[in-house]
Amino acid sequence: MSTTTTTRRLTMAQAISEATAQEMARDPRVFVMGEDVGKYGGIFSATTGLLEQFGPERVMDTPISETGFMGAALGAAAEGLRPISELMFVDFFGVCFDQIYNHIAKNHYMSGGACKVPLVITTGIGGGYNDAAQHSQCLYSIFAHVPGLKVVVPSNAYDAKGLMTSAIRDDNPVVFLYHKGIMGLSWMSYFEGSTTEVPEAQYTIPFGQARVVREGRDLTIVTLSQMVQKSVLAADQLAAEGISAEVLDLRTLVPLDRAAVLASVAKTGRLLVADEDYLSYGLSGEIAALVAENLDTLRLKAPVRRLAVPDVPIPFSRPLEQFAIPQVDNIVASARGLMSFKLD
Amino acid sequence: MEATSEQLLWMYEKMIEIREYEETMARVYLEAKLPPKIQKGLAFDIGAGPVPGEMHLAAGQEPVAVGVCAHLRRDDTVVGAHRPHHFAIAKDVDLNAMTAEMYGKATGLGRGKGGHMHLFDPAVKFSCSGIVGAGAPQACGAALAAKKLGTDAVAIAFFGEGAANQGAFHEALNLAALWKLPVVFVVEDNKYGISVEKSASTAIASNADRAVAYGIPGVLVERNDALAVFEAAGEAVARARRGEGPTLIEVKTDRYFGHFQGDPETYRPKGEAKALRQHDPIPALGATLRARGLLDDMADAALRERVSARVQAAYDFGRNSPYPEPQDALLHVFAE
Repeated sequence: MSTTTTTRRLTMAQAISEATAQEMARDPRVFVMGEDVGKYGGIFSATTGLLEQFGPERVMDTPISETGFMGAALGAAAEGLRPISELMFVDFFGVCFDQIYNHIAKNHYMSGGACKVPLVITTGIGGGYNDAAQHSQCLYSIFAHVPGLKVVVPSNAYDAKGLMTSAIRDDNPVVFLYHKGIMGLSWMSYFEGSTTEVPEAQYTIPFGQARVVREGRDLTIVTLSQMVQKSVLAADQLAAEGISAEVLDLRTLVPLDRAAVLASVAKTGRLLVADEDYLSYGLSGEIAALVAENLDTLRLKAPVRRLAVPDVPIPFSRPLEQFAIPQVDNIVASARGLMSFKLD
Repeated sequence: MEATSEQLLWMYEKMIEIREYEETMARVYLEAKLPPKIQKGLAFDIGAGPVPGEMHLAAGQEPVAVGVCAHLRRDDTVVGAHRPHHFAIAKDVDLNAMTAEMYGKATGLGRGKGGHMHLFDPAVKFSCSGIVGAGAPQACGAALAAKKLGTDAVAIAFFGEGAANQGAFHEALNLAALWKLPVVFVVEDNKYGISVEKSASTAIASNADRAVAYGIPGVLVERNDALAVFEAAGEAVARARRGEGPTLIEVKTDRYFGHFQGDPETYRPKGEAKALRQHDPIPALGATLRARGLLDDMADAALRERVSARVQAAYDFGRNSPYPEPQDALLHVFAE
């Protein structure tokens, strides 16, 4: 007997809501709560269609009370349910971070493993559409910095579905951050690479496995989320100049696929980290440190380069925002810089 | 709601157990923390001794815990606060494992990872938090789960009057009222948020009045009395079980010790704590039991002996249990 797998082109938003719907159908313990997740279908369409399919008992619109419903998600998870709790914009985490980092992240540890916290926090990240400093941040490094949270940052619809299915099935708290600029929304321009063929059937993608988006030999671009699409466009330009860039999509920050980073850098000898989060104390520093700690076995042909938001809040005005957030041209320029470097 | 003889005796015994537990801890905690064992210039060494870290004792507040928990079943959820022992004991948390946790031992509830402010016993659905006000939304979640699972279990959130000024408290009350959750919020007004008197932190005299803002019943229990709490809580728990939604209860109670052990209590009128003990709720309940013919000297002595043995056994267990292996610090970040 052969099985045929039907695939369709889906946006990342459709892929996330499909993964959620399939898990909700499979497991009655799964439910969704958050601001505008019901009738509205999620402000970034991550829950579109779920209310019609599952009703208001399992797709619950909450008040604008992030502390209240994040704490409620924890309380329900502790009782054996599997909530998916949407924090509309990641920027709003400050309102409820106590519940997330002091409780959701720590209760399993503080209980010596006696209490499980199987919940998913979904949230929108990223700028590029002039929403300014309180609605455009990425901030995933802050979540990754706190032990006890798994942190997932997909770059395309295929990955988003498989990673979301894994997130819901995980017995740990998972923060699932999707970039608004790759969700495929009808009201926001988006990068084509993020809308992909997606199988109808359920599948999982394990956490902690980076994906080589594009093979190359001259330098490694370690990246994630929307920066994957920007890096691929940059790699195309670089190829035309005879520079072969390998693009590595981390997919999850916790767990982090350190081996994949090291293997790629061992091959190319050059590392560029392209990140949309803030420069200091974040992901780009983490990856650079990882390589630095392994210089006993790695041989670099150039210093490590980091591209990230230069430690300013995300500005509103278009030229200011375009400057602050790394763009395709910046990646190309940084890559060229790496190639021109001569180490003795 | 009239308490049965069984409930009356249970409350009395639990109050004695809590008191004995806290009085014992008050002594044990100070072991090796005071001069001359520690260096010159230090008044107190918080990290020294067999029970390290902060220690918040609840002696005097027993009526709140037993008056509420007398109505609870094993499958009801209790979320306590940073001063958690009276709630934990009233919810039948494993006393040995709880004590071992405070000693930081491998046999503790959290294998030494939580300590006294972070006690988790899923077997009896008990948890608590060191963050003021944080438990209220979590109790809403447990109540939501009961509703979704179709059980008639209820959830209790216990916290101090200081927590009623936290955003989490107000969000939780709104959520519970909006969704008609089977949850009871119980505020212990012990008059002080650490050193700050309630009158300097809260614009109104009774937090029970705040229930009006959420369209739910608010009940003020003015006496630090187990039967008064029992009565108020009985109605609230029954309402919750019937699916009629949440209740907010505030109980005026007394804290016999400082905010934490070693607290110099400079904010407290001299002799206040001693004066409070003149109105001790334990002999008061004992007198009621005697008046009803439920207790005599012999039964009282037998009960106290039984409780002492239990408490002593718990402290022995905690003290004599092994420490975890240091590298066990790396375990339990994630569930496998």
